[in-house]
This record gives sequence, structure tokens and C-alpha cells, in this order.
Amino acid sequence: MLETATVDRNESMQSRRNRFGMRFGDPIFRSVTLAFTVLVLLILGGVIVVLFDGAWPALRIFGPAFVWTSGWNPVTEHFGALVPLVGTIVTSVIAMVIGVPFSFGLAFFLTEICPHRLRQPIAIAIELLAAVPSIIYGIWGLFVLAPLFQHYVEPFLISTLGSVPLLGAFFQGPPIGIGMLLAGLILGLMVLPFITAVMREVFLSVPPVLRESAYGLGATRWEVAWRVVLPYCRTGVVGGVMLGLGRALGETMAVTFVIGNAHRLSMSLLAPGTTISAALANEFTEADGDIYTASLVGLGLVLFILTFFVLAIGKRLLLRSTKGTLA
Amino acid sequence: MTSDTLARPVMHTITAPNLKDGPLPPEKIAVRNLNFYYGQYHALKNVNISIHDRRVTAFIGPSGCGKSTLLRTMNRIYEMYPGQRAEGEINVDGEDILAQRDLTELRSKIGMVFQKPTPFPMSIYENVAFGIRLYEKLSKADLDERVFWALSRVALWNEVKDKLNQLGTGLSGGQQQRLCVARAVAVKPEILLMDEPASALDPISTAKLEELIEELRQDYCIVIVTHNMQQAARAADFTAFMFLGELVEYGTSEQIFTNPAQQRTRDYVTGRFG
Amino acid sequence: MNRAVVKRRHRNDKIVTGISLLMTGFVLFTLGAILATLLWNGVQAIKPSLFLESTPPPGGEGGLANAIVGSLMMTALGIAIATPVGVLAGTFLAEYARHSRLAETVRFINDILLSAPSIIIGLFVYGIVVIGMGHFSGWAGVAALAIIAIPIIVRTTEDMLSLIPDALREAGAALGTPRWMVITSISYRAAFQGILTGVLLAVARVSGETAPLLFTSLNNQFWSTNLNAPLANLPVVIFQFAMSPYEDWRELAWGGALLITVAVLALNIAARFSAKQKARS
Repeated sequence: MLETATVDRNESMQSRRNRFGMRFGDPIFRSVTLAFTVLVLLILGGVIVVLFDGAWPALRIFGPAFVWTSGWNPVTEHFGALVPLVGTIVTSVIAMVIGVPFSFGLAFFLTEICPHRLRQPIAIAIELLAAVPSIIYGIWGLFVLAPLFQHYVEPFLISTLGSVPLLGAFFQGPPIGIGMLLAGLILGLMVLPFITAVMREVFLSVPPVLRESAYGLGATRWEVAWRVVLPYCRTGVVGGVMLGLGRALGETMAVTFVIGNAHRLSMSLLAPGTTISAALANEFTEADGDIYTASLVGLGLVLFILTFFVLAIGKRLLLRSTKGTLA
Repeated sequence: MTSDTLARPVMHTITAPNLKDGPLPPEKIAVRNLNFYYGQYHALKNVNISIHDRRVTAFIGPSGCGKSTLLRTMNRIYEMYPGQRAEGEINVDGEDILAQRDLTELRSKIGMVFQKPTPFPMSIYENVAFGIRLYEKLSKADLDERVFWALSRVALWNEVKDKLNQLGTGLSGGQQQRLCVARAVAVKPEILLMDEPASALDPISTAKLEELIEELRQDYCIVIVTHNMQQAARAADFTAFMFLGELVEYGTSEQIFTNPAQQRTRDYVTGRFG
Repeated sequence: MNRAVVKRRHRNDKIVTGISLLMTGFVLFTLGAILATLLWNGVQAIKPSLFLESTPPPGGEGGLANAIVGSLMMTALGIAIATPVGVLAGTFLAEYARHSRLAETVRFINDILLSAPSIIIGLFVYGIVVIGMGHFSGWAGVAALAIIAIPIIVRTTEDMLSLIPDALREAGAALGTPRWMVITSISYRAAFQGILTGVLLAVARVSGETAPLLFTSLNNQFWSTNLNAPLANLPVVIFQFAMSPYEDWRELAWGGALLITVAVLALNIAARFSAKQKARS
């Protein structure tokens, strides 16, 4: 047996096929994968360069004050990012105020309360909610929620909260349905499934021993979630919220449908306004004049920098939290 | 060589061979002054050992003693990971494999079986043919013949002959492990390295695997790492005991398990630690 | 033991449980409401002409045929470009450079791109392709969709390849298989279902994208399959028609919205199924 084996091997050494692939396959394949990896890097770098380049005509004229100047006048060619920037931030904050407690409630329900048989189906339903394209949220908000807001929700808010000192300033003006509040609500609804998914994941990453020992002390489910689980994965939860915020800041279509596209600063959340992405979606293809277009690209640059930092912080926190739980 | 190698070089060789199988075959692997590092960690300290052809040699020792590390230097599989390096010599048939440049050729000569079965995500037939195709261009009939030969060799043919086109991952654990041995054998290697090959198997599959090792021993130089001392005593002709990265004692399995010369070996084989 | 304290704790627990139940119910109700509205309004628009005729002028008869075909073309081409790029980059991250500085950076950048506002991607492609070609075009739309899909595919490919036990790679290498063959004939096979899941998710994501198409492929009211010219697509048509004051345009918008949602949800469920298959094997 051994003799034949040796003889066979000698033959095989001569007839070894694919010498080229054996010797050069590795460096070639590695370089190809490396090249595409670098391409991903270049895309991000390219985004920054292209946005900066496109915005340059406007930035040259307005300087850094572009960011904090209000005014959006295509006739006099005077542009400032303040109004859409404030709109972006206000709608996103509303979205977070609505979305975060809901996400926590859902994640709490899914990890501590829900019967095990229902956990998976409900989690899937919520993930499907995250997959629905944003334009669907927009069209639904415009045709279903906006009339509801106009006829019921907003009159109610104006007559109740509207007369409260200080707080009342946020709820003034005629009820027209579309506006900052509705846009924020839709945004909240959109980021909610996303934040829920992240929260659920970090909640599940808590070592079972920790949970069990808290229950073992006689803690209630709420006490376990609020005093043990949440503190344990605080960074992860904040990271997830930041990622959700990043999405809310840049979300375009859902907002464009229901924001009203008005370049005006108003204290009232019921008034129409605009966000950076909505302004881009509404005006970009119709903008005439280099300064106008460049100013819109400048808005894009501001948005990109803002979301970049929010997403980067969120990512860092999430990374740290998962590292912490693994250690 | 680094200066911190503490022990004076001790040559571990078989001096009192068990001659019931005839004369001791020649030396196949000669490890000389081998040191191994995981980054800063010194995992193997000045290991010297002679391993003989057509015999089964077992490495035993407590977890972390370096037995798997030693095995993994013999086909340089550790090179897949950055930061791991070996110094010294490992001579196979008199040629230092640590200095050899063509890993492919080296590994065609040295087969390896892992702790957990590692069937590739392809059919049973393709699993066995995979390695053959790397080295040889055979006709369909010759390839079929070789697959048949390899699967028969590991006593798996009768169990899988009707489902050669099914996924290898569908077999039972013991069958998967024998499939992996067949895959290694199909390339016609001279040495078989086995890294705790039975640790994931049930007792019956373990017994079958040990029978298979006994059978393969007549043609191959087999090196096996095991944490199971009974297995070493049953299956191996020679046993090396390792501790904290050093090779403590090497001899016939009978001698190591019944009359060890070193106190540390005695403590370990009598179950006083590890 | 203070009974009052225990009682209060249990009451709090019940209240919070009730609130979380209400919240979950509310969210599920919303999902149901969105789907119900879509079905209610969309089904009325589903008739043969929707698939056979091109978008009409206001008040005219027509369908969404040009938009459906345009969307299919751009999605298919975008994914066809993104898949090799994403899979190969994911391969580098998982197989060649797991802990290198470069891999860490690219992983980070990729995750940022994954959530970056898609409208920014639209601006980017506008700045390069549209300005470069001198006009809006289907190709620009394809580029935008590909750039949106790439990070998704990179991420899932890397994740799925990382799940493969190293022992399998070692077993390949121990036979003397060169690294590239270990990857192409062992790792890819083992990760196939998972990578497919990622590609399906990317298709789902891309097929609903509107914002980046506004500045790239724009829209085309007429039947066209010319990628060098503006190309109609469902999302932009839905946007324009829904925002219009014309009743028949709005009906078509609902029809298109239903089509897209059904497609996206079906793709997501298919992706889930594919991932499950993987878990079973």
C-alpha cells in the first residue's frame, strides 16, 4: 500500500495542475479585494470633496456665517442655512422625544414581558415596520395623519396647551395639519423600529446571571429592566439612540411630504417649516443660478457633517458597549 | 535562538522501543530546539523530539501545555494568524520544513484532522475530491476510484455510498470526522496530524475512530494530541508528556503510563493535577 | 418586611407593564393602519393598464409601466454593480485584514455610509455623474442606488464570513489549498445563504429609495429604456403624483406605493427565510 502511495505522489507532482493559480492566485485575489475596500473609503472621501466643491461658490460669498444666517431669497441671491438647520434639529428632537420612550417600552415588553411564543413574531413585525420605504410614511402622513391632525389633534392642542404660559408658544397659529409637529411625529414613527431593534439587542446582551440574580432577590420585572438591565447597557442604549437620531436628521421623503416647505422660523410647532433634506428635495432640480444651487449643496454639506458626527458617536458608544459585555 | 531558553537541550528519543510490531521504523519527524511564540508569549520552550514513521505518537498534558501548538507547527498552519512564529528546526525526512518555501507542497505531504469535524459545505464526494483536485488532474473514473479508495480506507464507504451527492454536513458527528480523515488520506500524505480528533465524539464513534487510527498506522506516521489519557494509552505507541511549554518526558506509552521517570509525569498520569 | 412597600412595587410593575403593552399595541396598530390604508387606496388602482401604459398627463388615462420598468432596470443594475464590490470588500475585511488599522477604518466608514442620508448620496452622484454627463440620466440613478447598496452588502458579507469557524479555513489550508481558493470554494459556499440575505435586503432598501433619484435619474413621463437619458422610476413618480392636486394622479401614486411596499416586504421576508435556511444547515 505504501509503495503505491509513494509512486502516485511522484506522478502527481509532475501533473500538478493550476500552478499559476497556486502561486499567483493569492496576491491577485488579495489585491482585488483590497482595491474594492479602498473604493469604499474613497466613496466617503469623495462625498466630502464633492459636497465641498459644489458648495464652494456659496461658501466663498457667505463664509462660515452661512451656517447661522437666516434668509433664503433666490431673487436677491442671499442664502443662509439657519432655518432649515433649525427645522432639521427641531423635527429630529420631536422624533426622539416620541420615539425613544416608545422604543424603550417596546424593548422592555419584548425582552421581559411578552410570552416567548409571541416575541419572535412581534419583533419581526417591528422590523418590517423599519423596512417600509420612507416615501410610504410620507404619503400616509400626508393623506391620513394630516387631516386627523388638522381637524382633531391640533385644535385640541391649541385649546389646551396653547393657553399655558411659555409652553403655549409652541402651539399657536391656525391648525393646518402639516408642519413641524407632524413631521416630527412621522420621523419618530420611522426611527422607532430601528431604535427598538438596537435596544432589544443590547438588552439581550446582558448576561443571564445578572438578570437571574436580580430576580432572585425578588425584584419585579420593571425593577430588573430599569435598575439592572438599563444601567448595565447604558452606553449601548445611548449609542442606539444616536444612530436613530442620525437617521432622523437625514430622513428626506417622509418629512418632505408633511413639513410644508416654508423658509420661516416660527416658535410654533404647528407652523410649516422646512428641513435641510426637504429643502434639497423640493428645490434642487428647480434651482436656477449658481449661487442658489451651491447654497443647496452647502446645506447638504452641513447635514452631512452633522449626521457624520452623530452617527460616529453612536457607533463608538455601541462598539464600546458590546466590547464591555463580551469582556 | 533567544537567550531566555532555560532548559538545556534535551534530546527526546525512543531508546526502548516496543518491538512487538517488528523493528522500529526510521525517524520521520525530527524537531530540534523548537521555540514558539504567540506575540510575546513563549508557548514552546526548546522542544526536541524524534517521531517515527508508521507509528502513532501521542502528545498529552494539561490544557495550555503547548501540545496543540507543537502539532500546529508541523504543517505550519499557525502561519494563518499574524503574530505567531516558530524558531528552530522541524525536519521531515531530513528537510527543515520551517525553512521550506512552498507551503502547498508541504501540506500535500502532511494531512490534518481537527478537534471538531470540519466537513466543507459541499457534497460528500466533493469533500473527498476537493484535496485531490488541488494536486492531480485525474479522469472522472480515476477520481471516482480514488474517492472510493479513501472512503473505504476510513470504513465509511458502506455508510455513504448511496448518498455521495448529499451534503457532508448532514452526516453524524462520527461519520463527519471519518469523512475528514478520508479527505486527508485521499491526498496520499505521509504524515497525519490529529488535534484531539475524538473530543467532540460520542464513545461509540470514538471507538471507531481509534480502530481507524490503528488501521492507518501501518502506512502513515500519525501524531495525535489528546486530553484523554486512556486514549493515548490505547491508541499510541509512543507518548510525550508536555507541561508549561516544555517536553517533560517521551517514551513508549506503556512506560509513560506505568513507569514514568519524571515526578511531574507521574503526578499527571495518576490524576494528581491537570 | 414592609408590606406597603412591596405592594407599591408590585403596583408600579403592573402600571409599567400596562404602559409597555399599550405602546406595543399602538405600534403594531400603526403598522396595521399603514398597510390597511395602502391596500384600501392601492387596490383601486391595480388594473391591467397600471402595468401596460405609461404615466399620463393630468386628467389622462395611463399607468405606471414606464416607471416600473425604469425602477427594475436601475435596481437590477445598481445591485449588479454593488454585489461584487460589496462582497469583495467584505471579504477583505473578514478574511485578510480582520484587525488591521485599515479594516477598522473601513468598517467604521462603512457603518457611517450605511446610515448616511441617502439624499447626500444623491448630491454626490449629481456632482460627479450628472455634471460629468451634462444631464440627468438612468446611469446616474444606477450609480446612486449602487452606492447605497454597497455598505449593506459589505456589512453582511463581513458578518457572515466572520461567523464561519476558523477550523474550516484551517482544514482547507491543511490540505494545501491556497488562501484565495479557501475563500472562493469554502468560505463563500458556507456563507452563501447569509450573503444572499444581505443582497436581498439591499434590493429591498434600494427599491424604495426616492431621495437620491430626484437629482440623478430624475423622471421621464414617456416610455423609455435609455439609460443615457432621464429615466422614470416608481418612487419619484409616487412623490410627484402624490403631491399633485390631480385626483387620478393621486390614485396612481397609491397604486405605486402599494406595489413598492409589497415588493419591499416580500423581499424582507424572503431575506429572513434565506437567513433561517442558513441557520438550519
